[in-house]
Amino acid sequence: MKIIGYKQDKAWLYSNKVKEHFFNPKNIFKSDQELEDYKNNADGIGQVGSPACGDVMEMFIKVKDGKIKECRWRTFGCASAIASTSILSEMVIGKTLAEAKKITPKDIVKALGGLPARKIHCSILGDQALRKAIENYEGKK
Amino acid sequence: MTTKIIYLDHAASTPLDPAVKKEMDAIKTYANPSALHQLGLEAKEILNNSRSKIAEILNCKPEEIIFTSGGTESINLAIKGIAQNKGHIITSKIEHPAVLETCKFLEKNGFSVTYLDVDKDGLVNPKDIEKAITKETILISIMYANNEIGTIQPVKEIAKIAKKHNIPFHTDACQAGFLDLNINADLITLNGSKIYGPKGIGILYKKKSIQLEPLMHGGGQEFHLRSGTENLTNIVGFAKALELAQKEDNNKIIKLRDYFIEKVQKEIPRTFINGHKKERLPNNANISFLDVEGESILLYLDHKGILVSTGSACSSEKLEISHVLDAIGIKHDAAHGSIRFSLGKSTTKEELDYVVKELKQIIQSLRMLSPIHLNKEEIRK
Repeated sequence: MKIIGYKQDKAWLYSNKVKEHFFNPKNIFKSDQELEDYKNNADGIGQVGSPACGDVMEMFIKVKDGKIKECRWRTFGCASAIASTSILSEMVIGKTLAEAKKITPKDIVKALGGLPARKIHCSILGDQALRKAIENYEGKK
Repeated sequence: MTTKIIYLDHAASTPLDPAVKKEMDAIKTYANPSALHQLGLEAKEILNNSRSKIAEILNCKPEEIIFTSGGTESINLAIKGIAQNKGHIITSKIEHPAVLETCKFLEKNGFSVTYLDVDKDGLVNPKDIEKAITKETILISIMYANNEIGTIQPVKEIAKIAKKHNIPFHTDACQAGFLDLNINADLITLNGSKIYGPKGIGILYKKKSIQLEPLMHGGGQEFHLRSGTENLTNIVGFAKALELAQKEDNNKIIKLRDYFIEKVQKEIPRTFINGHKKERLPNNANISFLDVEGESILLYLDHKGILVSTGSACSSEKLEISHVLDAIGIKHDAAHGSIRFSLGKSTTKEELDYVVKELKQIIQSLRMLSPIHLNKEEIRK
């Protein structure tokens, strides 16, 4: 008997949108090398959270003509923390810095098709990390 | 080729053993064991036989076995049943919530409770118990084996101390159905759902000399200690499940578990094992993976058909770590990535090989996503 695995199809803790972003996170680093290169070339980097609390988020942005051209991220946390950072990285692309700064946790939760109440705090960190990255970029200018 | 679920959450709940189910299915009577007619008497006989069977296993008298609805009720009956007036209770910081919350409830009602520390492996020091005893101490309640990290307590030694000081000793043995149950405790809690028996059934062994007040008042069943019509089918199932559990050779599962732990540590860097190396439940492997979070590991494993559990739970403010990992001194940052794998009777080496293969991939991907890098030398407080 050879085990070839099992497709998770019975029940899922979150929305389908969370599922999509948790199992196939967007705009991530594929290797340590890619991360190192990006760290050196990002226009702005922001990190929030603490390992002791169980959530840490880091956002990297590249800016062109006042708009966010690229966004990459790393997250230590639960499924909703990972999915919320992933979806945020898609939401910000093409936005002006002013628009990006206005993104609220509520916007992220809405984009994810909702989160359980006890998980809402996870998504709050993503927008904070993004704002820090923008401030980091603006400080460099 | 086949796809299937690999269930490694037996410490949470076990499937019903087919041999247990068979005996339960054979119970056709619907009569009340308290009824005096022929069907009632037949039911009573089945009830008595089950009780005797359990008494034989526990080396006690049948009237020392009280059937309840499960572990939580047995624990409540043992602790609240003793704690009637003011007094002092000794327990540990790593007990199941059924014990901890019952003790907290009693604290609100005027009782005092000592929650003993455990060492880095999760062991209670019997000397600490002796030191904590006061003139007011009415009960010592220490679990037989921990549900999260699997550490087995020196219950026989604790029983001796309790006896020396003439204080009742209760042990929550819900996870210990496969271990030696002749331990000289005064009160022992067992339940069906962890020993391949039915859910919703448990027992409290109560030494004859111990006086308890019931939680349930009513028709006076179970020697006036647990009123309510007996759940005969479940009682029969429980007796069979306990018999099978006690006959089981644990060496097979210990070998598999050790193989798994060794392989995980060899294949996946930056991992550590929680709990005692030797004094450990045969089927328990509690492993921490640095820099990654437990729920994410659990859900990625679930996606691959591997079912496990994690010690941490998200509360409204922050991710709270398990009270057990906290008590053995694991720092919060390191405790977040802890997974409990609890093997079962049907677990095979092939399944575990598949788990390690998938786990390795999952930890790698999650670490690639993670912005933190903890120091392996600083996982303890």
